[in-house]
Amino acid sequence: MTATLTPERSGRSPEADGKDSFGRLVHAEWTKFRTVRGWVIATVIAAALTAAVGLYAASGPQTGCQPVGPSGPIGPPGPCKPSNPVGPGGEAVSDGYYFVHQALRGNGSITVRVTSLTGRSSPPGGGIVPGPDPEQNFTSALQPWAKAGIIVTASTRQGSAYAAMMITGGHGVRMQYDYTGDTPGLPGAVSAASPRWLRLVRKGDTLTGYDSAYGTHWTRVGTVSLAGLPATVQAGPFVTSPAWVQTENSGPTVATAVFDHVSLPGGASGAGWRGASIGAATAGNARVSSSLPGRFHAAGGTFTVTGSGDIAPAGPGPTDIGEAADDGFVGAFAGLIVVIVVGAMFITAEYRRGLIRTTFAAIPGRGRVLAAKATVVGSVTFVAGLIGAAPIIPVGASLLRSHGNYVFPMSTLTEVRLVAGIAALLAVTAVLALAAGTILRHAPGAITVVIALTVVTYFFSVPLAVLPAGAADWLLRVTPAAGFAVQQYVPAYPQVNNIYTPQHGYFPLAPWAGFGVLCLWAAAALWLATVLLRRRDA
Amino acid sequence: MSEALHAEWTKLRTLPGTGWLLLGVVAATVIISAAVSASVSCSSMAACHVDVTKLSLTGTYLGQAVVAIVAVLAVSGEYGTGMIRTTLAAMPRRITLLAAKAAVVTAVTLAAGIPAVLGSVLAGRLILPGHGYTPANGYPALSLANGTVLRATVGTVLYLALIALLSLGIATAVRDAAVAAGVVLGLLYLFPILSQVAGSPGVTRHLQQIGPMTAGLEIQASTGLRTLPLSPWAGLSVLAAWAAVALLAGALVLRLRDA
Repeated sequence: MTATLTPERSGRSPEADGKDSFGRLVHAEWTKFRTVRGWVIATVIAAALTAAVGLYAASGPQTGCQPVGPSGPIGPPGPCKPSNPVGPGGEAVSDGYYFVHQALRGNGSITVRVTSLTGRSSPPGGGIVPGPDPEQNFTSALQPWAKAGIIVTASTRQGSAYAAMMITGGHGVRMQYDYTGDTPGLPGAVSAASPRWLRLVRKGDTLTGYDSAYGTHWTRVGTVSLAGLPATVQAGPFVTSPAWVQTENSGPTVATAVFDHVSLPGGASGAGWRGASIGAATAGNARVSSSLPGRFHAAGGTFTVTGSGDIAPAGPGPTDIGEAADDGFVGAFAGLIVVIVVGAMFITAEYRRGLIRTTFAAIPGRGRVLAAKATVVGSVTFVAGLIGAAPIIPVGASLLRSHGNYVFPMSTLTEVRLVAGIAALLAVTAVLALAAGTILRHAPGAITVVIALTVVTYFFSVPLAVLPAGAADWLLRVTPAAGFAVQQYVPAYPQVNNIYTPQHGYFPLAPWAGFGVLCLWAAAALWLATVLLRRRDA
Repeated sequence: MSEALHAEWTKLRTLPGTGWLLLGVVAATVIISAAVSASVSCSSMAACHVDVTKLSLTGTYLGQAVVAIVAVLAVSGEYGTGMIRTTLAAMPRRITLLAAKAAVVTAVTLAAGIPAVLGSVLAGRLILPGHGYTPANGYPALSLANGTVLRATVGTVLYLALIALLSLGIATAVRDAAVAAGVVLGLLYLFPILSQVAGSPGVTRHLQQIGPMTAGLEIQASTGLRTLPLSPWAGLSVLAAWAAVALLAGALVLRLRDA
């Protein structure tokens, strides 16, 4: 029956010329797509909505922040220009600590013993009291990521390259370097009965960290290479303590550590130890800082050092006041709804008009027809997504900056990845809608199901915020809404105190893993659609 | 008018999907509401600042999507099959026809909405005390005897009916079922997603005041009434205005265009 319906094309049957005929199929589907004016208009609208809504979102925010001096707030909240230092890798970092330092010339090493680490924390709801003692309301509490140890850094400028050996409040000994690197050493807390010995050895650009419980037997924790480290570096004990964070709140904390057996054999200059608060809020530094000024006291070879802040990568969250440029990608939700409608209609319209019977009479390979349709609708929406998403980062970020907002930096490669990710999100969702339309053969049903699985699921997990974090994370792992993870560009770090929720721009899956989940859904739906297409009458 | 109503009722009643979709409204609303009620916990008085009335009605967020589809199909289904021409030949007064459709769709939405909303409140009443929302912690069991709970319950049923009318108006204006579904769902869900990233609190508030879903669902609020972008009934009126505008647009298009 089908054979009689297959038109003869200059003596060749479509099955006879493999690749060429798939090309023709795609061409036929592309002709169908571009000749329906509504679909072309809808695709243009999808791109325009993605860009317009995204730029609208970026044009709104105006950061207000309160200038903070050494002893508390020094003025009314108002517009200010906050920023984060930039680390050696180009990422935004926090760099605030109290540093007792000396110059270290050439190769050499530094060793200390830490006998105590205690902490104090500002109360919930603020707590810095203006006056000589900003910490008077603080209560005794040690942050798990409070850090005390030794650091070798290129300079005392914020964002300098460094390597450090430290004991932490709750995560044992760590070797950390260049803000993002973190290697565990000896576990357990520090006390007078159970002190920790720490050593850093510099040889050229290489720094090696060792730890020890007794100062006799040393274990290597890690070796890092800091390219371009100057011949003279700053070395010495440091203490810092990150802000506590709750859902939408944070406040500064301080930590105090006791060091002894401080030695800088080989290369230490003759000058004495000098103390410095790195990155602490000062009267001239008008930004909300979670780093309070520190202090140090030396007596009989024992250093008591108090510091506040963090040496770590910075990301959006309650502790930081920056804007993530990816907020602009909210426009993709508007575009997404449009491409879902187009994707579903691309097949259901054929069913409604009966054109599907003509299509299958001309091309009996039903799976290949669906593949051609997926290719066309995927490519068209990918291009529309690229056009819509491309201006969001450069234009959106400069709009945000022009309103005094701080925008987390990103490399060009990340920018390309984000734009391509948004375009791919639109394309794969359109293919999912096409498959749903094939399975249900009913446009409103398919559209509702796909919008429910993507936009509504995202709405339930993120803006609605009634679900407990576990349930919301689960939804963003297993449903097609996992694909929204392509928006994330500031990574989550386990060694940094922060609230890693989608509200702050952190998704439970890595960008490509989340996108992979969406692709699996689309692939499974396409497979089911192909099986049903072959079994059912058209 | 009564013949028009009877005709519309017969058409809607005999569509194969209508019964299932109305069942879907009840199931989606009650299941999501019960699941959310079961997922929260309140250990002490200080730890849980939750509007339990609103929480127990969370399923509305999904149930409304199914209501919208019922309403869209009641109109667009006729355009899809060409049945609309037969309908208009039999019932040439187009505004009467739209009124009859609106009445029938509202009636079936109420028929599904009342059990959906009552079921959600009942689920909350049964589940929440087991998760720490007890009178001892300052949360008396949900009861319709409480004026605020009654307002939220009645208001949510009205909300669903208004969503149906909004969808009916949009579907009449744009005709195509797929486009109508996309427009309605976009109107409902985009406002809250956009208002979240609008940045300045003023813009966020403004978006919540004009969005049909964000404004309409103020009717469910039982705590912090002073900080709401709109008072509960004012919020529902915003949705009613959206529905009225959509119906008006639908009526104009129906009146002026060839079917």
